Amino acid sequence: MKQPHSVVPLGKLRAGETAVIVDLEKGDLALKLMEMGLLPGEKIFVDMVAPLGDPISIKIGNYLLSLRKEEANAVLVRR
Amino acid sequence: MKNIKIALIGNPNCGKSSLFNALTGLRQKVGNFAGITVDKKTGYLQLSRELNAHVIDLPGTYSLYPRRIDEFITFDVLLNPDNPSHPDVVVIVADASNLKRNLLFCSQIIDLKIPSIIALNMVDVARKNGLAIDTLQLAVDLGVKVIHVNAREGKGIHDLKRAIQTAIPVPERYFVEVKPLCPEVINGIKDITGVKSDYTAFQIACHYINIFCFNVEQKGKIKQLLERHQFPMAKLQGEEILKRYEKINPILERCTSQDQSKQQALDTTAKIDRILLHPVYGYLIFLLIFYLVFQAIFSWAAYPMDAIGAGFSWMQEALNKNLPQNLVTNLLVEGVLAGIGGIIVFIPQIMLLFGFISILEDTGYMTRVSFLMDRLMRKVGMSGKSTLPLVSGLACAVPAIMSTRGIENWKDRIITIMVTPLMSCSARLPVYALLISFIVPDERLFGIMNLKGLVMLGLYLLGWAMSLLVALVMKWIIKAKEKSYYLMELPIYRRPRWGNVGITMVEKAKVFVMDAGKVIITISIILWFLASFGPGTAFTDIERKYADLQPAGHATKTETEDIIKSEKLGASFAGRIGHFIEPAIRPLGFDWKIGIALITSFAAREVFVGTMSTIYSVGSTADSDFEAIRDRMRKEIDPITKKPVYSAATSFSLMIFFAFAMQCMSTVSVVRRETKSWKWPLIQMAYMTGLAYAASLLVYQLFK
Repeated sequence: MKQPHSVVPLGKLRAGETAVIVDLEKGDLALKLMEMGLLPGEKIFVDMVAPLGDPISIKIGNYLLSLRKEEANAVLVRR
Repeated sequence: MKNIKIALIGNPNCGKSSLFNALTGLRQKVGNFAGITVDKKTGYLQLSRELNAHVIDLPGTYSLYPRRIDEFITFDVLLNPDNPSHPDVVVIVADASNLKRNLLFCSQIIDLKIPSIIALNMVDVARKNGLAIDTLQLAVDLGVKVIHVNAREGKGIHDLKRAIQTAIPVPERYFVEVKPLCPEVINGIKDITGVKSDYTAFQIACHYINIFCFNVEQKGKIKQLLERHQFPMAKLQGEEILKRYEKINPILERCTSQDQSKQQALDTTAKIDRILLHPVYGYLIFLLIFYLVFQAIFSWAAYPMDAIGAGFSWMQEALNKNLPQNLVTNLLVEGVLAGIGGIIVFIPQIMLLFGFISILEDTGYMTRVSFLMDRLMRKVGMSGKSTLPLVSGLACAVPAIMSTRGIENWKDRIITIMVTPLMSCSARLPVYALLISFIVPDERLFGIMNLKGLVMLGLYLLGWAMSLLVALVMKWIIKAKEKSYYLMELPIYRRPRWGNVGITMVEKAKVFVMDAGKVIITISIILWFLASFGPGTAFTDIERKYADLQPAGHATKTETEDIIKSEKLGASFAGRIGHFIEPAIRPLGFDWKIGIALITSFAAREVFVGTMSTIYSVGSTADSDFEAIRDRMRKEIDPITKKPVYSAATSFSLMIFFAFAMQCMSTVSVVRRETKSWKWPLIQMAYMTGLAYAASLLVYQLFK
């Protein structure tokens, strides 16, 4: 069941989904994610999930970023 | 003639290395930052008749907040005026196709108030993505010069050089005022350290513990200051980044225009990814490419390696013939020259492997390998990036261990280095081939499968399995040193730059010869000494014995010489050590002669075969050396048990020993070079020898 406006961790999204970043879990990882351009309000597109199920690759701004699901889960997004 | 220091910095994948190559060409060298495993790439550049520049290529980093050791290096070079590499001018390389993220780092550097200039690279890619950039406006908004370059094609290099020659000012204004975030702390740190920039002071507050230039007293004062004001570091860092992006967004709106319909570069990449990261084709292509790399270092490299081997043999022979027979000649020929040959012989493999790595990285494929393999490799404590070193280890551990440089995470890298030598390398092949014939008859199973081939395959699988098992154990034992994340940019696919590939190949060969070479030569000379000298009058006794016997002569001259050689080896220090360790290796089924071979084959595993031929004095009897040794070994009878020495149990035990033991001085030396200490190679040798001993003991006791 797809809930259109729910807030979920980024790691839960499937390939092909688009979402907007709502918040980042506080901590050093959040800092690193922000450096890489993941900021609240930014639009992201889940480009691919690795064939083994992890990591995932997302399009943010003008580039592709790959990250593990556990890292992606620090990013809360609204679909 | 004036000299200035230029530092190149920028995000990973921004084309920094290409720019470095374009600026310095082959006038570069790779050293090390004192005591750390980070490569220090420096180059030389003549800007004008009056002005020379030393260019340093600093490790790529996404922001000034350091987490890994190489990021700390960048940090220290920039913030510490006493660092010998502290630059007069900073060239910030920015990827135009990824401007927003790159500007974050640019803005941080600008606020350090060091003379800076921006080299805007990859404008062509940006254009393909429909992005147009107003460089003049960008320079005005940032307050520093912006120069267009195309590092791949060498365009704009001249403009950049000219811009560096004109005096580059310290940026006038702060991009972001950090003072309001914590005014007391910033003022306090400026008082304590004397730095002028607010932002430098802010960074010192965040990272003073790891900055090398402050003394204990200063650090103590900073600590007190931060405690007094309860400096909320993580929160402020987050705020700083947000503030920067708040300012970057309007600048991007002013300076760039995006044609949304055009995303050519990214679209093409996405299309290629659909194939290369496909659950079926993706892995097939991956296997194919890695098989090609493996073939190259396993088979192709064999031709130049054989030629090098033959060349050195010829030289040794020629020198032996033409120089007077004395100790110096012997040292020169058997010690030094053999050692140099042992170093040079690795160059084809190193150059081929790094040629491939350079191509795979340049095209952007390497990050995809991590993407495909990460989940699997993570289970055993490594990362997707460990795949290539492990596969290369099947050919030779030396270039494989050098290639672990690509693994940023320290723990992943150490584990990969530690287990790579367990992979069955090509130097084990001759040893296995010799021993296998004592175990399995030359027969086929069900008429098709060659039994020897099956045993060989089993040994390969054993190496694989053991390396994964040991990795799993080390994952629990070794403590992580630093915070690290997988987070990795997947760069767009691009054509490889052959110039860069060539430079990498030459550079890696140079590094190996210069750094690992010293240790290899030293060990080679020690081994030569152990095998060529004996205690007291042992050697002269043997010579006298045969000198007296010779007239009686029923043996030919060469046969006698072979016997003398064999007896001398038995009486040498190496022979003594062989006798000495015999009680310890008896339970493995080895006699003292095998003990000698274990010592000499520390030079390289394949030396085992040569030592065997000396010990059994078949050195120069037959053309088909290999069969001669094998037949002679088969006849060898144990004086105590009266049974053949090379029984199935002993041969099997010996094979297992060679499968696990670190019988390779070049690997030891390269591990020392890559970990910058003797600690890891010694731990590695200890665990591998222990493992080999235990496994051989088990095998021999089970099968005897």
